[in-house]
Amino acid sequence: MLGVGAYRTRNRPARNELLPLPIGEMSWALTDHQGRSVRPKDWAGRPVMVFFGFTWCPDVCPTTLSDISLWLEDLGADANRLIVALISVDPERDTPVVLADYVSNFDPRIIGLTGPAEEVAQAAADFRVTYRRVDKDGGDYTMDHTAGVFLFHPDGRFVSIIDFHEDRRFAVPKIRRTLS
Amino acid sequence: MNHFLLAAALILSASAAMACETVTIGDLTVEHAWSKATIGAGRPGVFYVEITNTGSTDNALVGIATPAAGMPMLHETVVQDGIASMPHAMSIPVPAGQSVQLSPGGYHGMLMGLTNALKEGDSFPVTLSFEKAGEVTVNVDVLSLRAEGPDCADAGQ
Repeated sequence: MLGVGAYRTRNRPARNELLPLPIGEMSWALTDHQGRSVRPKDWAGRPVMVFFGFTWCPDVCPTTLSDISLWLEDLGADANRLIVALISVDPERDTPVVLADYVSNFDPRIIGLTGPAEEVAQAAADFRVTYRRVDKDGGDYTMDHTAGVFLFHPDGRFVSIIDFHEDRRFAVPKIRRTLS
Repeated sequence: MNHFLLAAALILSASAAMACETVTIGDLTVEHAWSKATIGAGRPGVFYVEITNTGSTDNALVGIATPAAGMPMLHETVVQDGIASMPHAMSIPVPAGQSVQLSPGGYHGMLMGLTNALKEGDSFPVTLSFEKAGEVTVNVDVLSLRAEGPDCADAGQ
């Protein structure tokens, strides 16, 4: 919370409309890496940790997933009730099967979510996340996307963002605060 | 050509943990070369390395080449206003007396058009081209997709 607040204050006027909605006010409908439908109401009463990415991403996404896996290891069984989700910003390539392959490389508590482009756009809007396709030579493309990890209380309230590459000494206590 | 032969000899003689070996060219020391396993050959691979310039002349990494990928490029992960993007880096400065890391979340080689999927435990050569020192080839260890770096006794991280 402090990091985000300080950052916004320093760079631009406070804009609370940029904070993610409470989970209960979100309206996306996505599919997890095992093909099951997931909606915001399914997360009611559970602490939630969400980040956006895509499996074709060579650096940021595996790094974030490695970090998250280490945080979860540190938290141990305390994090078993935590919903941990990667929402793909590249649903064209990230099918549930592709996501299943990908998340199997990391902590088993991490789920992958994807869906039709308009549902991914809805999720991004609900979380106040930005993403855009960047075309590269040869027909390939990559995605720019918000890199932070969002934390929510069991009651659905947004708590804070863990910035990309935030020190584990700060990240783990932040997560721990959402668990109680 | 000498560098190539040296690199070839290294590849033949080295066994495990080649990421922990050091190759020098002029005033430059190149070490901790590693990559991450990929799921299939369709996704790009990544290349990380540490370069130390012990000399008094600034240098720069201007390109990479490898038989493992058709289109290897230098990139930098930049996070601006919370949004991560990955612009192409034309060159990566290696200033005199300093170390530069290609590491997760910063500068990295992006290996597009992989010849084969990169599997944990594999290794492949990457040739680094420097502005002033010429070319040097290092052998790159493929670690797990989850790895954060090679486990070397002397590694700085």
